[in-house]
This record gives sequence, C-alpha cells and structure tokens, in this order.
Amino acid sequence: MAEGLELRQVRIARGGRDLLALDRRIAPGEVVTLMGPSGAGKSTLLAYLTGTLPPGFTATGSVRLDGTDITRLPPESRRIGILFQDDLLFPHLSVGGNLAFGLPPGGSRADRRARIAAALAEVGLDGFADRDPSTLSGGQKARVALVRMLLSGPRALLLDEAFSGLDAARRARIRDLVFDHARRRGLPVLMVTHDAGDAAAAGGDVIVLAGDAPDP
Amino acid sequence: MDDPNPRPRLAFAPRLTLLVMLGPVAAGLWGTLLPAFGHLPAAGAWGPSLGPLRMLFAWPGLGAAVRLSLTTGLLATLLSLAIVTLLAAGWAGTRPFRLLERALAPFLSVPHAAVAFGLAFLIAPSGWLARLASPWLTGWSKPPDLLILNDPAGLALTAGLVAKEVPFLLLMTLVALGQSDGTRGLRVAQALGHGRVSGWLKAVFPRVYPQIRLPVYVVLAYSMTVVDAALILGPTTPPPLAVQVLTWMDDPDLTRRLTAAAGAVLQTLLVAGALLLWRGAEMAVAALGRRWIEAGGRGRAEPVLRALGLAAAGLCAAAVTAGLAGLAVWSVAGFWGFPDALPQGITAETWMRLGPGLGRAAATTALVALAATGIALLLAVLCLEAEDRTARRMGPRGLWLLYLPLIVPQVAFLPGVQMLLLDLGAHAGPVPVVAVHLVFVLPYVFLSLGGPWRALDPRIGRVAAALGAGRWRVLWAVRLPMLLRPVLTAAAVGLAVSVGQYLPTLLAGGGRVVTLTTEAVALASGGDRRAIGAYGLAQTAAALLPFAVATLLPALLWRNRRTLNG
Repeated sequence: MAEGLELRQVRIARGGRDLLALDRRIAPGEVVTLMGPSGAGKSTLLAYLTGTLPPGFTATGSVRLDGTDITRLPPESRRIGILFQDDLLFPHLSVGGNLAFGLPPGGSRADRRARIAAALAEVGLDGFADRDPSTLSGGQKARVALVRMLLSGPRALLLDEAFSGLDAARRARIRDLVFDHARRRGLPVLMVTHDAGDAAAAGGDVIVLAGDAPDP
Repeated sequence: MDDPNPRPRLAFAPRLTLLVMLGPVAAGLWGTLLPAFGHLPAAGAWGPSLGPLRMLFAWPGLGAAVRLSLTTGLLATLLSLAIVTLLAAGWAGTRPFRLLERALAPFLSVPHAAVAFGLAFLIAPSGWLARLASPWLTGWSKPPDLLILNDPAGLALTAGLVAKEVPFLLLMTLVALGQSDGTRGLRVAQALGHGRVSGWLKAVFPRVYPQIRLPVYVVLAYSMTVVDAALILGPTTPPPLAVQVLTWMDDPDLTRRLTAAAGAVLQTLLVAGALLLWRGAEMAVAALGRRWIEAGGRGRAEPVLRALGLAAAGLCAAAVTAGLAGLAVWSVAGFWGFPDALPQGITAETWMRLGPGLGRAAATTALVALAATGIALLLAVLCLEAEDRTARRMGPRGLWLLYLPLIVPQVAFLPGVQMLLLDLGAHAGPVPVVAVHLVFVLPYVFLSLGGPWRALDPRIGRVAAALGAGRWRVLWAVRLPMLLRPVLTAAAVGLAVSVGQYLPTLLAGGGRVVTLTTEAVALASGGDRRAIGAYGLAQTAAALLPFAVATLLPALLWRNRRTLNG
C-alpha cells in the first residue's frame, strides 16, 4: 500500500486555461515545498486538496491518502489538516474549546480534558485551556492552532504561508515545532511559502511553479 | 468537472425566499388591478369596466389628494436627504458624528406612529411648545385656534416623515461610507485645498449616493403613500390619496372597494412617475455637479453649512425624544390645564384603565412579530448559507428584488390582498397578517444580516471542515455563534419593523387583528391624549426592547471573549 499523500496527474485550470499540473507522492514525514510567484496557483492547489476548490476552477486527476482515493470525499472526511498565515482560532471558544472542537468524539469528559491539557503542555502552554484566545500572543496562538490541528488526527498536513505572520525569532521556533511534530507523527507535509528560509528549514524537495498565469 | 461536495446546496432557499417576499406583492397587485377595472365578484361586480376609474375621477378631492401625495413625498425625501448629506459632509469622522451614530439604533426603531403622535403633542396649539411659551411670550391663556396639525399643505406630516426618515438614511449612508473609503477620499480633497463640506460633496458623495439610491427610493415611495402618520398629522379634507383609498376600503358598501382599487392603481402610477422624476433629477444634479467640480471652486459658507447640518439632525433627534417624553407624561398625567407646562398630578389611572386591552394588544403584537421575524431569520440564514455553499453571491439584480417590496407602495397591493382573501372566502386573521409582515420584515432582516455574514473570513469555514466538522456543524457551532450579535441585531430590526406595521395589519387582518400600532392609530381621531400616550409608549417599548436584548445578550454571553465583545 502506498503510504503518504499522492497527487496523481493533478491538473487545475481556470476558465479553460491550465494553471498548474503536478504528479508527485509525498512520503510520511517528508516535507515538500511549493514555491512560485503570486497567482501561480499554490493556494488553489491546497484548496483543491482540502476539498474547497473555489468556483471558476476545474481540476482533473486524483488524490490518494495512505492508499485511499479521497478525491470525492467532502472536506470534513479527508483528514487533511491545514494551517494558514492567521491562526483562525474560533473567537467564541476558549483555548480548550478550540482544541475540543477538532478532537474526534469519544472518551469521557475528564479523559478529553486530560488529552487537551497534555497536548497544551507539550507545546509549553500548560494551564491555557480556559484562556480567551484573544489574550494570547502571536506565537502562542500559532501553537494553539498547531495543537488544534494535530488533535483532530490528520493523516497529512498542508501549510499555506503558515509562518509569514510571525517575526523572525518566533518564525524559526514555530517552524521547527511544526516540522518536528509532523515528522514524529509521520505526516506528509506540503508547504506553500514565499520564503527561502522556510524551504531551507524544511530540508526536502522544492517544487517551483512557473506561474505565467495572471493573478486570480 | 469534479464536485467534491455533492451534498445539500440549499438551492431552494433563495427561490422560497423570493416567493415568500414577492408572492403576496404580485398577488396583491393582481387583486387590486381586477377590481380597479370593475371585477370584484364578492361585491357582485363582473368586469371589465371603466366604472371604478370614472367614480375615482368624479371625486372632487382627487386633485388635492394627488397633489398632497406628491408634495409631502418629494419634500420629505428631499429634506431628509439634504440633512443627512450636510451632516455627513460636515461632520463624518468627528466626535459629534460618532455620538449621533451611537444613538442611531433607538431612533431607527421608534415606530412611525409614535413619532407622529409625539410630534403632534409637541406642535399642536395646545401642545408642549405652546405651553412652554404661554402665557409669558404668546399671551395665550387658552389654546389658540390655529391649524398647525393636519394643515392643508401637509407640512406637519412632512416634518413627521423627515424626523423618522433622517435616521434611516443616515444609517444607510454610514454603511455606504464604510464601503467607499470616504475618510481617505475626504483627506485627499482637503489636501488639494477644498473645504470639508465641498470636498466631501465632490469627492465622497458621488461614491456614496449610488449605494443609498435604493434606500432613497424607499423613502420617496413610503413618504408618498404613508397612511398611519398621515392619519395623525396629515390634512383631512381631502387627505392624501393613500388615506382616501383606506377610507374607501373601510366603507361598508362593498362597491366602494372598486373605487379604492382604482385609487390604488392611480397611487402606484404616481409613485412610478415620482421615481422617474427623481431619477431624472439625479442625472441633472450629476451633470451640474461635474461642472461645479470642473470649475475648481473651493467652497463657500462652509461653517454655516456645517452648523445647518448638525442643527437640523439635532432638531430631528430632539423632536423625537421630546415627543416620546410627551407621550410618557401624558400617559401618567392627572389634571393638566392649558398653559401649565406639566400636569398637576401624576397618576397610574390611565395605565390601570387600559391595562387589559394593552396586554392583549401587546401579546398579539409580540406573537405576530416573533412569527414573522423567526421565519425571516430562518430564510435569511438559509439563503446566506446557500451563498456560501454554491459560492455564488447575490448580484445587483438580487438587491433590486430585495428592495422591491419596500418600493412598491403598501397601499397598491394590500387592498388587493384583502379583496383576494374576500374572493377566496378565506378568513382574514393572524396568518395572513404574518404573511404580509414577512414581505417587509424579510428585506430588512436580510439587509441587516447580509453584510456581517459575508464579511466573515471564509477560511474559518475551511479550517473547521479540515478539523472534521460537517457543513451543518460549521453553521451551528462556528458561524452562528460568531455572528450572534449581528443575528440578534437583525432579529431586533425585524421585530421593530413588524411592530410598526399599520396598514398591513389592518388590511390583512380584516380589522380583527388588534396590535399596539393599530390600536394607537385608531385612537388618533378620538383625542384621548392619555390613552394615545400610553399606547404610543407601549408601541415604542415593544420596538425598543429587542434592541436592548440584542445589545446586552452578546455582552453577557461573550463577557470572557474579547474579540466578540468589542
């Protein structure tokens, strides 16, 4: 069985014009970096993978995750986690509530709370479960967003300029944290970035898209 | 093409909403048109015939009634727009403007009838203003014999309409300003050497007006055809055309309804003509404005214009506030002789006397308002959710359809609704009342909720889905809680709109659905000021209470969530 995230003959077009084509397997624990100018379709590809391709775009090909064809699955059944530049924490829920949102159902209340507390402690946020997300610093929010995504049990990870909103010092720390967790869990990672430092830190293959298409 | 989401797209929601919103309008227009040409089987009339039109034109008051509809409508709209424009031009972005902005919601929700009653209590010959100035200034020891209320030129009615429409147009202008980058446009104009007012008029107004055009049309159509405020403040012999149509509808002689229908058709044509006239004036003003801009003048009399704008808007706010205070004082007044500024005693006698009737009317009002608003909110949420799922936004055509029921005069289609019910042998009652309230509640709820809903970051939904949440869970556990404040505000708007409805309640209810508003307006001809005060106040409270809840509840629920509590 082919483990990892596999993009088979994926072609994305906009209004009949080919935007990008990719055929590539990302092994568990591998980080593939996707670079290219704005409008090359990097974020569109990630949207295709999460099942939220915007209207006006068409796609052919298929996506397999750990050997299962997920091309036609709805977004919530794909088990593909994504992190954006902004933390996008739910402002109406506490930090713990945000984590519980993604934690698959099951287990006792105490058990779930313990898992959430342990996951927070793992990223240095002990005792943050009852905090209002808006009272956290940028780096803390980024860590909560990471933990929230990991607790939902994804089988692959997408990073959409995930570190662009952080200052240089935090950027390196959060980046290492994300890659470290992804490797330990054996997650295939596809990272979209403008930053050569991100690509170097990832250490994996870098795919550069041509991007002759106009800005979307 | 691959469709990764072959699941409910709620495509039915926009269609159902259009049907609910425009169905009664279309049916009512048809039901008005038939009797206007002599076809009303319930009255034993089988058309087609030109009899009703002949009867209409034989009415001696027609010329004056038509003229009143045109003059009060056009003048009220022009004045309201001028006040709002001057205010925004002179003060947008300043402290006084922000204060007015914050005080806006309560003024918006005060029903037309309450504003009209309050104004009547102020300016009547025996009203508060005359009392405050008597006898030391005027020398009056009894109310003077002046025709201030119900003046034949309809000036009192125009004033009442202006006081009520200025807050509405101001709100629409604020929304438009937020979307058109007005602050920076003004800064550029000022840097180029223009005064505040002329700079705003030249650089910002041309961007704002296209966005408030439909609301202005609503104000024009509404002011031309208003019935409740006209019954309170308007001339009586003859009244404006819309009031006369209602009088004919009320006549026990069923054949009078044919004349009413003919009058309603004429009223519709009048509104259409006035809208065309306004559109032509818009183009003329735009052409003149371009020449003014090209001439490069830097504006004159700026301080005077600024003061004028603020004073006029302040006067509207003061009139409404003082009017409501007048209603409150009258509702608890003991003996109150003429030149006295305040009653000799305070008593709960009026409230005790009216208590049971007030309670019943309040319960009916709440029931109708909650039903109409609940349905409207459900449809609006489903439509907006459908927009997200199909990723198709409502275009300009959709916006026009949304405004259509607010622009078609009430008096044009409501008589038709009543006559259709009559023809079908259906009972007028609460169900048709809720249905016609929906026609007006839905657009306001939709307009109120649409902006905040569409402004929500779409990536929030993507993140929630990536965490394993299905679409309904995203709606229920993410979108709606995050949008709690706008949802409650939209509900409050819907409730206030429903509470204020007079003609729809009266005509679709066949006079059997008694709300605070129908009861208050029915008291207008009687002259029991204490009862008017109590009902007017109760009506205002019914419209204001939901706004208080909409403000307090999110603050309470989200007291530990800074982002949602701002």
